[in-house]
Amino acid sequence: MAFRAAVITFPGSNCDRDMTTALEAVSGTPALRVWHGDADLPDRLDLITLPGGFSYGDYLRSGAMAATSPIMRAVVAAAERGVPVLGVCNGFQVLTEARLLPGALLRNAGQRFVCRTVELTVGNTTSPFTHGFTAGQTIRIPVAHHDGNYYADAETLDMLEGEGRVAFRYGECPNGSARDIAGVLSANGRVLGMMPHPERAIEPAAVPSLGGADGRRLFENMLASFAAA
Amino acid sequence: MQVRVLVRLKPGVLDPQGRAVHHALEGLGFEGVGDVRVGRMIELDLADGTDEASIRQMCEKLLANTVIENFQIESIG
Repeated sequence: MAFRAAVITFPGSNCDRDMTTALEAVSGTPALRVWHGDADLPDRLDLITLPGGFSYGDYLRSGAMAATSPIMRAVVAAAERGVPVLGVCNGFQVLTEARLLPGALLRNAGQRFVCRTVELTVGNTTSPFTHGFTAGQTIRIPVAHHDGNYYADAETLDMLEGEGRVAFRYGECPNGSARDIAGVLSANGRVLGMMPHPERAIEPAAVPSLGGADGRRLFENMLASFAAA
Repeated sequence: MQVRVLVRLKPGVLDPQGRAVHHALEGLGFEGVGDVRVGRMIELDLADGTDEASIRQMCEKLLANTVIENFQIESIG
């Protein structure tokens, strides 16, 4: 059976097409496009993705309005059933606002929009997203965000670290995130939110500084989990 | 009835906007500015008799993110 992945588009999403392209490039199957106003998701999904962008113009707080949209009720219900969910950038912000992941993304400590390729250290190698990496491995993935400064109280941060739920850390932190956290997992490891954009790093670039294929591995990991399931 | 909701970052949560505003005030020559915190003010026009519990729910579910923000509800008429 083909890999069934959905890409949710909110008004103001702008990486939905990149996500769709990456999913199809890796799985060979077109992703299913879902509009934020839909009440239901397609059935039998292997993966739900929330793409980057500026949903609802970042009104109120980044991701806050999208978290209240009709489709998010279905996404929360699916996540509770164990369907893997990947939120990238604005998608990560939406996942925290929907309380599928702990913490929040604040304005970057340096106040500036940060757009460059960064080094990440892999901190978890057991989730459906990260099992193909080795612990401590360094990968290069682009970031592009204004509100990527991960915040949670010390108790929550200790819990995330203690339970191996810090998926990725920045090598050199671009945004002031607590404990250099770039991506976190849910308690069951099946929801991942990350600020860097793996969907923008799925093929080797002619100019190395412009991209790379390290993000592709994350999609391959998900596909391998699906094949093993 | 009208209600004003003030949303502020919790004490201890870094406020880069406040810091930038502080810096700008100093740049304009204002002295003695200690700390600056930027928040958000939301005015709601509500049906008369809307109870406090409902307004608190509006704050907790949408108007504030209680992971990082506190809110304060004031009646303004």
